[in-house]
Amino acid sequence: MTTIDEQAAPIAIPIRPDETKVERNERLRLLVRSPTFLIGCVLVGVWVVCAIFGNLIAPHNPVAPDILSKFEPPSGQHLFGTDKLGQDVLSRVILGARSVLVVAPVATILGTVLGTTIGLVTGYYRGFVDEATMRVVDAILAIPLIITALLVVTAVGPSRKTLILVIGFVFTPIIAKTVRAAVLGEAQLDYVQAARLRNEHGPYVMFAEILPNVTGPIIVEFTVRLGYAIFTVATLAFLGFAADPTIPDWGKDISTHYQSINAGYWWPVLFPSLAIATLIVGINLIADAIAQLFER
Amino acid sequence: MNEAAIELQDLQVAYTVRGVDRRVLRGVSFSIGQGESYGLVGESGCGKTTAAFAIMRYLPRNAKILNGSIRLNGEDMIGMSGSSMRRLHATTVSMVYQNPASALNPSIRIGPQLAEVFELMGVAKEEAMHQSEEMLHKVQISDPQRVMRRYPHQLSGGMQQRAVIAMALAKNPTLLILDEPTTGLDATVEAEVLDLIAALRQEFGTSVLFISHNLAVIAKMCERVGVLYAGRLVEEGPAHEIFRAPRHPYTVGLLRCIPRGGLRKDETALDTIPGFLPRLGADLPGCVFEPRCGLAKEVCREQEPDLYPLGHGRASRCHFHDRAHELPRVAPARLPAVQAANGQPLLEVANGSKTFRQEGQDVQALVDVSLVVRPGEVLGLVGESGSGKTTLARVLLGLTAADEGSILEMDGERLAGKVEKRSTEQVRSLQIVFQNPDGALNRRHSVRRIVGRALEKLLGMKGRDRDKRAVELAESVRFDQALMGAKPAQLSGGLKQRVAIARAFAGEPRIVLCDEPTSALDVSVQAAILNLLVELQTQKGVSYVFISHDLGVVRYISDRIAVMYLGRLQEVGDAETVFSGPHHPYTEALLSAVPTLEGEERARIRLEGEIPSAADPPSGCVFHTRCPRFLGEICVQEEPPLTEVEPGHLMRCHIPVDELRRLQAEARAVAQSKTTT
Repeated sequence: MTTIDEQAAPIAIPIRPDETKVERNERLRLLVRSPTFLIGCVLVGVWVVCAIFGNLIAPHNPVAPDILSKFEPPSGQHLFGTDKLGQDVLSRVILGARSVLVVAPVATILGTVLGTTIGLVTGYYRGFVDEATMRVVDAILAIPLIITALLVVTAVGPSRKTLILVIGFVFTPIIAKTVRAAVLGEAQLDYVQAARLRNEHGPYVMFAEILPNVTGPIIVEFTVRLGYAIFTVATLAFLGFAADPTIPDWGKDISTHYQSINAGYWWPVLFPSLAIATLIVGINLIADAIAQLFER
Repeated sequence: MNEAAIELQDLQVAYTVRGVDRRVLRGVSFSIGQGESYGLVGESGCGKTTAAFAIMRYLPRNAKILNGSIRLNGEDMIGMSGSSMRRLHATTVSMVYQNPASALNPSIRIGPQLAEVFELMGVAKEEAMHQSEEMLHKVQISDPQRVMRRYPHQLSGGMQQRAVIAMALAKNPTLLILDEPTTGLDATVEAEVLDLIAALRQEFGTSVLFISHNLAVIAKMCERVGVLYAGRLVEEGPAHEIFRAPRHPYTVGLLRCIPRGGLRKDETALDTIPGFLPRLGADLPGCVFEPRCGLAKEVCREQEPDLYPLGHGRASRCHFHDRAHELPRVAPARLPAVQAANGQPLLEVANGSKTFRQEGQDVQALVDVSLVVRPGEVLGLVGESGSGKTTLARVLLGLTAADEGSILEMDGERLAGKVEKRSTEQVRSLQIVFQNPDGALNRRHSVRRIVGRALEKLLGMKGRDRDKRAVELAESVRFDQALMGAKPAQLSGGLKQRVAIARAFAGEPRIVLCDEPTSALDVSVQAAILNLLVELQTQKGVSYVFISHDLGVVRYISDRIAVMYLGRLQEVGDAETVFSGPHHPYTEALLSAVPTLEGEERARIRLEGEIPSAADPPSGCVFHTRCPRFLGEICVQEEPPLTEVEPGHLMRCHIPVDELRRLQAEARAVAQSKTTT
């Protein structure tokens, strides 16, 4: 290599006071323009609408068995066909969004709040507590998420609350690690020293001074985790630990029908699978767009 | 006349920002002869670096060349294909950047990295390594074998920059572009690197384009100078003439901003350049400098002046170039008298030490420092990086607790080591203005909140009282109160620093520590900030501890000066005494390292090598390894005490003060006779 770095073209454009360009608005504008973000929003938006207004959209009652018309292939009457109980697959897919889209976001929010707090405290105070916490975090990270979740759910029994708590707690150390790394960088900056020089208390420094400056990584981590949470919820349901067995659930529907694929009944498996895939892809697209934005 | 090494004709470059072309270079023409050294000066944002990148054809993707030509050895560079560009980069032009650490690949050892330059030119591998070693010798690296096996991060900044210069010169280029090559380095290292560049230029006969905001460096290094303002060359000519008798109001203004020639705050305020650089791509039908020029007339607004030739290769783009020196002063010529510093010490450190534990080693950042700060005085703190200046500031503030046994007292009362254990009264008495306002201000908080919060916590003000006081504070630092709602990112560097100063003064402090408060700023902004600091100090009667590596600035603002080396005080005394001598040999070396606009009338002393590691300080006098006036065994064996050699003048040296005075007078006489002949 030569002494030249092609990327190194620092062009400092000094911003003058008359130019009121707010960084955040600028970011938002770029985000809205990004095709990745827009496609992601459309995909996720469709499922959110289904979860909220499912009852109005669904053409049939998703939990009304009709033994006479079981395993009907897709047709004008049943666009996605019917399952082995004769329930309308389309309606079950539409309403199935609900069980995933409640548990996963709430669990992720729980994990983000706890993780952010732990990350802020350990990153700001450092010292022994930091060391100890981080070793525990590393230990937890070594165990696959789905195994931990399975163990707890088997022990306690599945319920919406259990799922939220389990996924939330498992996410906590992962998010804490990310936040801590960002906080370590911020805590070096002089504005944190300046806060100490006016007798600020730790919580103010962490939450009012540092936190607003690490929102970028937190948002990115949140969206990425949300994708994983959905995947985990669906997997647990597939393994028989659905949050609420009485309502339609994509993972549960796949597990009850996958053995019928051999018999040629592919539709009760394919459509819920596509639902999971589109939702996760949508969320990952959003996560990518946001991550790219903060990396600029 | 032979062919120019590089010739720019009417070069116009624009950046596309949000779909709009904004012109950065508005037609720049200059040429550099074979073997000539040409300096490009101007404040940041003037287009210096853009011009360099345009020559290298390394403009960022959103930049485009609108017009003009760049000819290297007569060859047109703008229409050139990618492969010919690569050939040119491999053989004829090279560039050295400000930050050597990012110019070197961190994962490749210096040897192979340097050898690659030779290999690109078709030299066989083994021969390339051999030539690399020779090249490192030429850049005065004493042990090239060892350095070649090192990774970049294992070298100091000065060594890294030498390695980069070695790489740049390895291909024996026709043109070498140096973009602020010494800005990140200490004055002593800078002096060495500049000497090296000058010597190598002689040896290789390379043409040099030297970009710097530091006029003194340009004056020392260049034969001809171009002054760039808002993408326009406003003045051009031989360096010494331009700096002696500038003929453009911008050059005149720039030169007046610099505290030099032993200027002191009680003699005169520094002049500044009012206003801001025009916005990128702004439409300027008349003279680019007209909005900020004190001499501007109607004609300047309407018609852009030509580059008027003034003879002797000089030219000025000003309608009134013959009157440029009449540019009216902006700042008041004289500041009100500064209160004499006397009375009981306000702040006292006794036996102040600080030891850091690093990778199992004790690193002594501060050793037995005893110092007082008196009410209303400015104590300047100087020394190379790593000398402990900032550690001392942090210890005083309580951000870092001093070692046990260190005594900190304010008004005769003990100060706790940690700021958290001090009373609010003590905390608000001691505040700081940090070096880098970007890091010192929370990016997410508005100016109102930043200043308001300090008032709330330190003075217990709330609600309307607080808001009113915040506005008053903003006014006292000349910060437009219309901008109280702005976030730091919306403010220029100078405005940010004003906010930081307002915050430091919020709690009505008695001592403000200024840690290089102007080093991140352009000279015209630096002048305004220095004026402001002096004004606030006289108004409020506070004391400053002023840390700076710029000796001109320290001399301007300080009443007393403390010189530090490896965490130890080497000399303390009145500013004038310390500067006029007799000085400690280290102070002498520091002073001699600084390039001046007036030319070298001082003795040239170069410190060899880098500041030793604080983890393993030299025995005896810690300075003996680099001391230009090294006596002998006594310096290695025994650490000299800090003794009062004259009333109020303390020094840590084995050489008797009268002997120092004689030696230094001799050296000055020799230097003077050299400059006159």
